[in-house]
Formats: sequence, structure tokens, C-alpha cells
Amino acid sequence: MTATASEAIADRVLRHPFFVDIDPTLVHAMVSKAEERSYDVGEMLVHEGKPAEEFFLVLEGKIALEVGASDRPGITVETIEKGEILGWSWLVAPYRWRFDARASKPTKVIAINAAAARYALAAHPAFGYHFLMKLLPVIADRLENTRVQLLDIHGH
Amino acid sequence: MATDALRPQGHSHGTLGAAAHPYAPRPFVVRARTQETPDTVTLRLAPQLPGDRLSFKGGQFNMVYVFGVGESAISISGDTTHPEELVHTVRAVGKITNALAAMTPGSVVGIRGPYGQGWPLDSARGRDIVIVAGGLGLPPLRPTLYEIFRHREAFGRVEIIYGARTPKDLVFAEEVRTWLQRSDIRLQITVDAAGRDWNGDVGVVTVRIPDARFDAPNTTAFVCGPEIMMKFTAQALVQRGVPSESIWLSMERNMKCAFGFCGHCQYGPSFVCRDGPCLPYKTLAPLLALKEV
Amino acid sequence: MDPLKVGDRRVLERHDFPSLFRALHEKGYQVVGPTVRDGAIVYDRLSGVEELPIGWTDRQGPGKYRLERRQDEALFGYVVGPFSWKKFLYPSHERLWTATRDGTSFVVAPEPVDGPPLAFLGMRACELAGVAVQDRVFLGGPAVDPGYAARRQRILRIAVQCGQAGGSCFCVSMGTGPGVRQGADLIVTEVLESKRHYFLIEVGSPEGAAVLADVPLKAAAADDPAKAEAIVGRAAGAMGRTLDTEGIHDLLLKNLDHPRWEVVARRCLACTNCTMVCPTCFCSTQEEVPDLAVEKVERWRRWDSCFNLGLTEMHGQAVRKSQLSRYRQWLTHKLASWHDQFGTSGCVGCGRCITWCPVGIDLTEEVAAIRTAPPAPATSEGKK
Repeated sequence: MTATASEAIADRVLRHPFFVDIDPTLVHAMVSKAEERSYDVGEMLVHEGKPAEEFFLVLEGKIALEVGASDRPGITVETIEKGEILGWSWLVAPYRWRFDARASKPTKVIAINAAAARYALAAHPAFGYHFLMKLLPVIADRLENTRVQLLDIHGH
Repeated sequence: MATDALRPQGHSHGTLGAAAHPYAPRPFVVRARTQETPDTVTLRLAPQLPGDRLSFKGGQFNMVYVFGVGESAISISGDTTHPEELVHTVRAVGKITNALAAMTPGSVVGIRGPYGQGWPLDSARGRDIVIVAGGLGLPPLRPTLYEIFRHREAFGRVEIIYGARTPKDLVFAEEVRTWLQRSDIRLQITVDAAGRDWNGDVGVVTVRIPDARFDAPNTTAFVCGPEIMMKFTAQALVQRGVPSESIWLSMERNMKCAFGFCGHCQYGPSFVCRDGPCLPYKTLAPLLALKEV
Repeated sequence: MDPLKVGDRRVLERHDFPSLFRALHEKGYQVVGPTVRDGAIVYDRLSGVEELPIGWTDRQGPGKYRLERRQDEALFGYVVGPFSWKKFLYPSHERLWTATRDGTSFVVAPEPVDGPPLAFLGMRACELAGVAVQDRVFLGGPAVDPGYAARRQRILRIAVQCGQAGGSCFCVSMGTGPGVRQGADLIVTEVLESKRHYFLIEVGSPEGAAVLADVPLKAAAADDPAKAEAIVGRAAGAMGRTLDTEGIHDLLLKNLDHPRWEVVARRCLACTNCTMVCPTCFCSTQEEVPDLAVEKVERWRRWDSCFNLGLTEMHGQAVRKSQLSRYRQWLTHKLASWHDQFGTSGCVGCGRCITWCPVGIDLTEEVAAIRTAPPAPATSEGKK
């Protein structure tokens, strides 16, 4: 990748809502191996069970998270959109994707290498703290929303 | 993908009236009927034709036939040491099971079986045992639980985790209450959701696994329930260090012949009717991670 | 002449071919063989030589089949049509038993297997292999199908070695032909020369020898076996396609999430043609057919297909709902899981699935695509 191309990516990462108030030099360290990708409708981004070597910042489009077992088609339990982050399996052992992710609209993402990101977080604890404190509310929200989904409120 | 665990291993396949046509059901009469939950019934059956006492192994199933309607694969839920009484616990979900659930004493059903590899209880001798049942996953495990109770000294710790959707979906409720009184096993019951009249645990069965008492490397687990429940349970057991070849799941697929000819029940390279239904997680894991297998 | 034994070779002149029919009829066989009907060469009851597709050949390719006139009057100058011999050994509809009410109970009467023994005239090497594959399914496991077993014991297998390859054929890749090595009662090779039209026949079994006892045969010439080899060699060298079977089991089963499945799924109509024409496909379903008063019921078995949604229906919906999952099941079963289940490939290289697919899907091409495209990475690369 050329220097200008990687700067362009770092620039887009810095402007993504998730990274907007994080120290830019640390973000550069984290995204040293990032790249932009696009997916057509129906294309899979990740497969459950495979190693979570990356996570994604969504620039455009919509991604469906599917869970289930092998006895039926996957069930979409959540959708992730522009401005959101996809994937935290790269932070939690055994570092394997816990769902399938499929583009339900034409989608553009920045894929960030997980190993590089983990290293940057570990090497800079204050940055690590800030990053995880940004991630925690996202996960907490999803947990709470999942609990409400569990109630099957429309079924009664 | 193929391991020895996936090949049929000298099992009984339809020994009932074995000289007869493999597709022909034998008549069994309903002796008693118990309503377990609003949609689940236990039928106690006796053979009509001489010589048709059905010996079986826990985890095996029969094709149960309603004259004029059709057949359904149903696990045997009774006691292996009482072959004169054949017990089936049926949930009414379709045409055939609704007909079965409506049967009264004196009605006659047809039986073909027993089919399948049961739970490999012998492989658990000397080890701790974890039994995890979800909803209608308890009936296929009950015959094996009876075996464990009968030969309790042959096994280490015995942990049973039973989960259902709501308290009123718990089957064998009275019997399970007697198991709670036993001091030689540990039984935990949990439901997905409950009202205020339930002061037990609420949450999926996997939540009970981190604190369950067993020595993981020396443990055998039998798991039965909806596929997604079995998948997450097996993952939680592996997370605790139970070897994946010692975790057995009872798989379920559409069945017609139940002896490997009709092709319906295939799951990867296995015929669930003949190589399963009890299969080791070690070989199931890659398939469970996919969809529509 | 001395009584014939296994391995003996004799010559039957073209003008004496009807005597083979006579001998078979005298021994009580109903002859079943190729005949032209509705623009295709199908297998049906034959009463005489004149019903064979004399002077016809077939042109086959993905999604294409048509008959053409030959320049000669060969009796067997074509390959395989839409039917396989499976329809005679494992009928598409079969009554298994009839049950009648008896008070609150019922009595089951299994269906007897009857009908005359059949002589299959014109079995190709791939078809013999197909029967052997189905033998393992229905006879070789813990359960035995009584109907298949009864019918299978009563057939006479008259093989014909192919002198040409069809456009869809790949028996060489599967090791099933075009030469017939075993499994036949008689092995026939048609020799057409400018001045002579005859058949070299090799005895494959005592039953085959018995049939030839009253057929006017001549001694085979010293160069006849070599001629037969050359004829078969011509077919072997002209295969329509190849399938690389190296490591195919793991190649397919370790790539169940390969992007290629999406590509083929977009084309596949799940029409079930491939499973119907395939000589080894065996999926079936059972139907309970009661009379109006439900006093008597019949249990029927009929062919089913892994492409049918109902095959995997469980708890109200199909497990394999998408075309992708059903095509993947069919291909991985045929070429990979079959090895785990039965110790052989499920494919005999006859090419019927390629010819009769309305959109011309070619499984040799699909396997090649999975083999040559990179395997699915941990995360898909999309486009950069």
C-alpha cells in the first residue's frame, strides 16, 4: 500500500465516530495494517468459528449478524450500520467469530488487523483503557437490547 | 471428516420382529397415558404379538406408527430393565404426534425399532458425568439416568442440568422433584423466563456450567435438546476443559426409514438414524458452525 | 463346441443376433434394453433386435441431448440416456405393504416381489459400476432391502463395451470404464467393419454361459481381443471431460463455506433432474395411502431427492432451505461423504447429471473451481 493510501485510511478511521476523540498517533499504530473493502449484497464478511483476525469499521451499507445452528438458515439477530463497529471477538479468547456476518446492502468497511490492534492496546494502557471504555457501552447496549428481544414483546 | 465414531458399531437396528419386513410396524397397545405438560404426553405401551418385547439401549428411538396417518421418530423414555413396558414421551407438534398425544388406553400404535446408537454409558465408567437436558431433551436421557442410578458406584460425580422454556414446560415434574432429594447426584433446574411464582434459577443451561462440579479432563457429557442449545452447551463444556470426544450430542433430523436407506436424516457424512443419534462433539463441531447442513 | 466357461470368447454374427433374444426368451427372461422413444434412447422391454436403436447415436453436453443418425447400422452406437437401470431394481414407486384394521389393531401384509427375471441388454461399464454402488447401499449394510435383494438376484447382466465416448462422459476419471472388467454375465463388444458386422462376446459367469448354449457362435479370431481393446481404447481417449479425484473428499468437506457454492447456487433450479437420472442416487420417501374408510392402508415408497425442500423438513421448516445448501449436500454426498458411508465414490462418471441439467451445471467444473480458487480465508476479502 502506498503512503498516501495508508494515510487516507488512517484519516477515515480518525473521522469514524468510534475513534474520533482518540489520540491520532495511537490510532496510526493500530491501523498500520488496515485496508478498505467493499462487499456486494449477500457476500459474507466473516464465518462463525473462524479465527477473528480482524475487526471492521462500517463506512457505508448494512451488515446482518446471523446466529443459529446447522439445522436451519441463519437467523439475523442484529444489523450493524454506518458509523458502527463490527466485531469484538478479537478481544476475547478464543478469538474466534461467534456469528456469521453478511452484507445486506452494498457495504464498505475498513478492516483493521486484530493482532496489530491488540498490540497497540497492550503497549499503551491509557489508550487501551479509552478504547475499551468506548467499546463497553456498545456491548452493554447490545446486551440490553438482546434481553428485550428475548421477551418476544410482540408475541403477547 | 470420517472417524470411527461416525460408522455404525454393531448396534441393534430394528431387532423387533427382525425376520419380518424391515418396513413393517408391529402392533403395541397403549396401557396408560400421562399428560406431562400442556402439549406433551407419555404413553406406556405393551406388545401385542408374542416375542415382541423390545430390548433397547438408552438414547435409541423407534418409528412410532399411527394407522392411516404415518410414522414419527420418537426416543424411548422408559426403563431398559423393563422390556415388557415400552415408554414414549411425545410432544404434539404435527399430524402424527397430535394423533399420538390423543391416544387413550386400548388404542394400538405400530412400532419399528429400536434404532440408532444410544448414549455410550460404558465409556463413562470411572469418570464424572454431566447430563445437560433442554426441554424435550430429558426423555431421551431418562433411560440412561435410570442406568446411572442403578449403578451409581461405577461413576464419579454426577451433575444433571435440566432447562426448559418456562416452569410449566418441565417434563416428568414429579419424578424430577424426587431426584432433587437424592444426595448421590447434583441436579440444577433452570428456565428461560418465569413469573414471580418461580424462585429457582432463570437463564439458559450454559450459565450453570462454569460452576458445575466435575473434573473436566475426566468427564463424559451427554447433551440433549434443541440443536442451538446443544451447540452452546458443548462449547461451554469445552471451555471448561472437557475433551470434545467425551461430549455426546443427540442429533435430530427428518427420518423416514430409520435404517439408512431413504437418505433423509443425513448430517454431513453421518446417517443420524444409524450412526447417531448420539454423536461425539469432536466430529460434530465443524458442521455445527455452519448453517443448513 | 465344448460347454462354455467363464473367460471364454466367441463371436456372434450380426445376422445371428436375434438368436440371442430367442435364447433369453427360452430361458424365461424378459429382455430390457435400449430403444428410441420421444427423441431419446431409453430402457424398456424389448421383444426383438429391431427395437434396438439401430443406426442411432447421441450428442450430449451440458444441458443438451439429441439423437442423430449414424453412417452405419450399429446396434449400440451411443452411450447413456436419461434412464438408468436403477428404475428396474429400485422402482420409482413401490408398494411395501398393505395393512388392514383388525378391531383396534391392524395386520400388515408385506408385498411379494414377482415378475419374470430380467435380462438387461446393453449395460455400459459405468452402469455396472452404478449397480455395484447401489448394491452396497441396499445389500451391504446392517439392513437389507427385500425388494432390491429379490429383484437383484433375478437379473442377467449383458454388458456392452463402449466404442465411443459421449460428450458428458468421464468414466475414465472415475475408474469405472469404458472397458468392462467385472460384474457382467456376458461382455459384448460390437465390431463394425466395411465387410463384416459382428459381436465379440466374453463369458462373465455360469449364467451367461448357460444362455449362450443354444446361440450359434463361432470361434474368436486371434486378433479379436486386440480389436476389442482398440475399440474400448478409442472411447477411453475421447472422454467428454475429466474429474480430478485427487484428495476430493477433503477438498469438498473442508470447503463447505467456499464462495463457489454461491456461484453454482445462483444457477441451480433445484429441479431434481440430476437425482432422477443418476444411477446411484437413492433418496426415497414413504407415503401412507389409506382407503376412504381408513380400513385398509397401503405403504408406498417413492423416489425423493435431496433437492426437495420436504426432505429435510423438521419442526415445520426445511433444514436445507437455500438452493446453496441443497446443491452443496448433493455434491458433497456424491463425491465425498459417500466414501465415508460406503467406501467408494457415489459417482460413476456417466455424465447424465451434466446432460440433463436444464441449466447445464457440470460437476466436474464445479470441483475444478473449488480446487483452483483459493480456499475461503478467515474473513472474506470482498473487493479492495
